[in-house]
Amino acid sequence: MFADRYTAPKQSTVNVLSRFKGLILLQLEAGLRCAEPDSIFCLRYESFMIRNISMCGIVGLFLKQSFLEPELGALFSEMLICMSSRGPDSAGFAVYGAPAPSGKLKVILQHSDPDFDWSAIGFALEKRFRDKPSVEVNSTHARLLVKTDAQSIRSFLDEYFPEVRIMSVGRRIEIMKETGSPESVVERFSLQRIAGSHAIGHTRMATESAVTTEGSHPFSTGVDLCLVHNGSLSNHNRLRQRLCREGIEFHTENDTEVAAGYFAWQMANGATLKEALEAGLKDLDGFYTFTVGTEDGFAVLRDPIACKPAVLAETDDYVAMASEYRSLANLPGIEGARIWEPEPAVVYNWSRVERGEVASKNGDRIGVSDFAPSSETPEASSDKRAFRSNGVTA
Amino acid sequence: MMFTQTVDLAKTSVRALNQRLHELKAERDEEHWRILNPRGVHAIACGLRVPVTVEIEGHAGYYCAGMNQEATVIVHGNVATGVAENMMSGIVHVNGNASQCAGATAHGGLLVVEGDASARCGISMKGIDIVVKGSAGHMSAFMAQTGNLVICGDAGDALGDSIYEARLFVRGGVRSLGTDCIEKEMRPEHLKALETLLKRAGCDARPEEFRRYGSARRLYHFQIDNASSY
Repeated sequence: MFADRYTAPKQSTVNVLSRFKGLILLQLEAGLRCAEPDSIFCLRYESFMIRNISMCGIVGLFLKQSFLEPELGALFSEMLICMSSRGPDSAGFAVYGAPAPSGKLKVILQHSDPDFDWSAIGFALEKRFRDKPSVEVNSTHARLLVKTDAQSIRSFLDEYFPEVRIMSVGRRIEIMKETGSPESVVERFSLQRIAGSHAIGHTRMATESAVTTEGSHPFSTGVDLCLVHNGSLSNHNRLRQRLCREGIEFHTENDTEVAAGYFAWQMANGATLKEALEAGLKDLDGFYTFTVGTEDGFAVLRDPIACKPAVLAETDDYVAMASEYRSLANLPGIEGARIWEPEPAVVYNWSRVERGEVASKNGDRIGVSDFAPSSETPEASSDKRAFRSNGVTA
Repeated sequence: MMFTQTVDLAKTSVRALNQRLHELKAERDEEHWRILNPRGVHAIACGLRVPVTVEIEGHAGYYCAGMNQEATVIVHGNVATGVAENMMSGIVHVNGNASQCAGATAHGGLLVVEGDASARCGISMKGIDIVVKGSAGHMSAFMAQTGNLVICGDAGDALGDSIYEARLFVRGGVRSLGTDCIEKEMRPEHLKALETLLKRAGCDARPEEFRRYGSARRLYHFQIDNASSY
């Protein structure tokens, strides 16, 4: 009779649950009999909870008001460092700062040797593309401003400088990440002094792959796009193979890189960010809270059974996201903020759109889709810009 | 005479606070404590064993008032995962919302949530009484063994999945029932118990407005015939 329940699950929550429970019951079958009703179940339950609430931290801060932009790095540093207990082994962040001059792109590169001679790359680019980049070094990372397109730069660096890692490419995005405590990573890159409109970050407790710079988050998923992930995916090997056949390149064994590659692949095939995230609900198996950074905003998505924590806070001045409320406790005006937990399997996003362009750009602009604003996340507006915030049940 | 101790968590660590609370003797007169600036830190007022009253002035983090015995803990704010986890007795009263696993595995006492509770409220509960004045999220009362869960608003997906003998009362809608959870007849003894519980929680809802859910008792023992369908 209850067999029917499992063969025809009505919705995804029940579907995922039945798989989880199936695992427990199969263990029972293997000889562990249920003498006390709670014994084996509670052991499983407790390990399930410990595993799923305490590992990795993610934070995001999106400023609605430009007067706060010089403060972004300082506010965001504190949020990130607060998540050290959830992710002590490495940290990283993506900051969306002032756009590159017209016709240019910001390329952020990393080399494990802090004394690496970046001018060699500048010289090689000049020779190859007649594009003399300006180079600015920040610890192990360097920021190049180039005129050449993203794909040519990637191919060129892969061929001639394979030891150099490309952190991000875009008009506004700058990704920096390293191993070490979140505090040391913040210090290394002087994050407190970086200005911008929004930032997302991650503190890592590695479970699925090694503690390395390239295994740290965020993962860049395309021009001005990046992803941070709290959780673990169980079908990443199979999915990686599938995406490799589609021509997506991977540089690590990391599960989050597969999710990033998956979203990039969906969007390259014409999906909007919202559609890509919703498709992920079907194709990505595992636990996740994702935060995606876009050129003008950010999006949050939790898996259908909401294993991984997330808290959102919104005021007239900002929207902030974190794994735990602790990270939000020092933000200005938090006492008056609206604070809530994002619903499972619901895409939330916020973006800055120039006033008057909202309607016409809804269909094609990354980060703003054609779904109706929900009552949970009402629209807010200010003098110069309009903001849209949307929640929709997938 | 009531003697109030005030502890500011901006100046004192949670560990030091909890140590002081653990050292209290039942006959001591430091019966009322105010905790300032909790700022979402974890494990505030965990493992209390004497009948003191602790008021937390702000949002609390994970496992607030976990393992509570005898004490009354009042939170003037929201609480994160696992409030009153494994509570044995006493009262925990949350004036805001509660995150997931509120009252998880708790054996006794009363947990009142004035706002909403999110997923897995009362998971594996073993005798606690929980009154949620708002709504509760998915998988509430998962594998709940005994005790009462009262939801004055709506319940999310898979309410009471794999439930044992806990009693569930819901005033609003139920998005879906979990496996082996069914609606049951509301008999006079249930109305009476519910009335008492609502009164203790300071809730003016009428018992007749609720519907009762519980176990169909078909999942108690593993059946090899069903192995392929799990």
